[in-house]
Amino acid sequence: MPLPKVWVYAEGEDGKATSATLELLTKAREIGDTVEAVYSGADADTIAPQLGEYGATKVHSVDHGSSLSGVIGGALLAKLVADEQPDLILFAQSYDGRDAMGRLSVKLDRPVLTNGSGVEVEGDTVAVSTAVFGGNTIVTTAFAGEKPFLAGIRPKTFAPEPSGGGAAEVVKMDSVDAGRAAEAQVLDHHVEEQEGPKLEDADVVVSGGRGLGSAEAYEPLVEELAKVLKGASGASRAIVDAGWVPYSKQVGQTGKTVKPKVYIAIGISGATQHMVGMKGSDNIIAINKDPEAPIFSVSDLGVVGDASKVVPKLIEALKAKT
Amino acid sequence: MNIAVCVKQIPDPATPGELDPETKTLKREGKLILDDSDSYGVEMALQLVDAAGGGEVTLISMAPNDEVSGLRTALAMGAAKAVLVSDPALQGSDALSTAKVIAKSVERAGEMDLVLTATESTDGYTGTVPQQVAELLGWPSLTFAKHIETADGKVKIQRQTEAGYDMVEASLPAVVSVTAGVVEPRYPSFKGIMAAKNKPVDNVKAADLGLSEDEVGWKGARQQITSIEAAPERQAGEKIEDEGDAHERIVAFLEQLKVI
Repeated sequence: MPLPKVWVYAEGEDGKATSATLELLTKAREIGDTVEAVYSGADADTIAPQLGEYGATKVHSVDHGSSLSGVIGGALLAKLVADEQPDLILFAQSYDGRDAMGRLSVKLDRPVLTNGSGVEVEGDTVAVSTAVFGGNTIVTTAFAGEKPFLAGIRPKTFAPEPSGGGAAEVVKMDSVDAGRAAEAQVLDHHVEEQEGPKLEDADVVVSGGRGLGSAEAYEPLVEELAKVLKGASGASRAIVDAGWVPYSKQVGQTGKTVKPKVYIAIGISGATQHMVGMKGSDNIIAINKDPEAPIFSVSDLGVVGDASKVVPKLIEALKAKT
Repeated sequence: MNIAVCVKQIPDPATPGELDPETKTLKREGKLILDDSDSYGVEMALQLVDAAGGGEVTLISMAPNDEVSGLRTALAMGAAKAVLVSDPALQGSDALSTAKVIAKSVERAGEMDLVLTATESTDGYTGTVPQQVAELLGWPSLTFAKHIETADGKVKIQRQTEAGYDMVEASLPAVVSVTAGVVEPRYPSFKGIMAAKNKPVDNVKAADLGLSEDEVGWKGARQQITSIEAAPERQAGEKIEDEGDAHERIVAFLEQLKVI
């Protein structure tokens, strides 16, 4: 039996809904009779047609101004829940999604099941599955309390498919009271120059790990190869912890999940922490000095060798082809 | 500047994790260590207190069996004291219950200007505790910080975004979550290790924090694990030794996949 009403906490970027939002709307159509979106942002009218195309009939929205969008989004949800009575609210496990779901869970005094890799209706309740131990075990947890149930789902869990629906009706609220939480103000945005696709959207992802030897090797080996293949560059947790690259590049349990057509792991041993984020890739190529590295147990093509020798030759050969 | 830092003591991530067949939760017996993710918050807090020219760092931890080994590591780095909440009633606590314990512990620890946390723990990684603690305290939360500074009763951070970072500011007190790798955590000195043995640890039970058994532990979690299954395994493919021409094999594979 589908749920009467499923909400998706929608997020936007440059006037478009994020891919994770569309993934959640697609899943919401399957498990809910009515699907609606809740959005914290000034451009609800701009993204409403897209949200409608993926199944939302309505968008409840508020402009967060210069406050953090997830913080205001959490307050908006809390305000709407009593009147609207959704059965389930789905969030993307993203920076702003985590702000919104964390805040809301306290406001409603309700647990939130996070890092979901699946969500299904089970009798009277809803169950969320999560991959643990590097993705070799799936734990399924059911809500045992009151509705609405709150679930955070990792981006890339579902494939987005349009439903062909018309534009969603936009219902705007003038403002919501988030208390002192609203005091956190965004002063300005710094956009770091980025070539090529985003990590989560790329067809090819090239990631580097400790086996690179030094922070200086990341640019000429990992970034350069990603550039030649028109892909995105990622990283293992080890080199994020070491401060070589920022957190936003981390692939793995405490980072992002990617499912590209080709994933190339350079100098990554394949700790369980990393595997959970990339095992779903269509094809995996690994280059590592250690023939016993666990990464080879999931790779379609494994190269036992020195990355500093193999990768420059690979880049050169690829450049010669274009 | 008084700062509370949330630190989790976890099983060594280098050893494979295991689920308890009875409780279906992560086994957390045996020696626990300081979660690496939290060492950045401890370091950041010590630097902020130094820069402010006064104040101290208080650790907040919830752990089974009065575990202190991870706390001692952070005390040896330079934290002044700790609140340790250890109580069988807390077994089975989810992120929200944990946040309730932490928020009450922060209040117990005295007036704080800042609470620092990691963005998520290494073992449970729900990733919502910082925001939940902030909401319980009624404070702003500045999440995913890669740089923090404080001045004139305000905190300003660089918040990691997909495209770069945002400058975010709020008045104190506030909760800030720190991303990994943004500072170099100091190694405890021998003197620090010796001094840590005598630093005060306030041992607390859930009831001391005014939390009832309905709010925490299994009852508070209001969720039930219904199944644990092995995920479908991925088959390993071909493995070759590089003899100077491995790049050609990679090119051929990429051509076969029509990526180039």
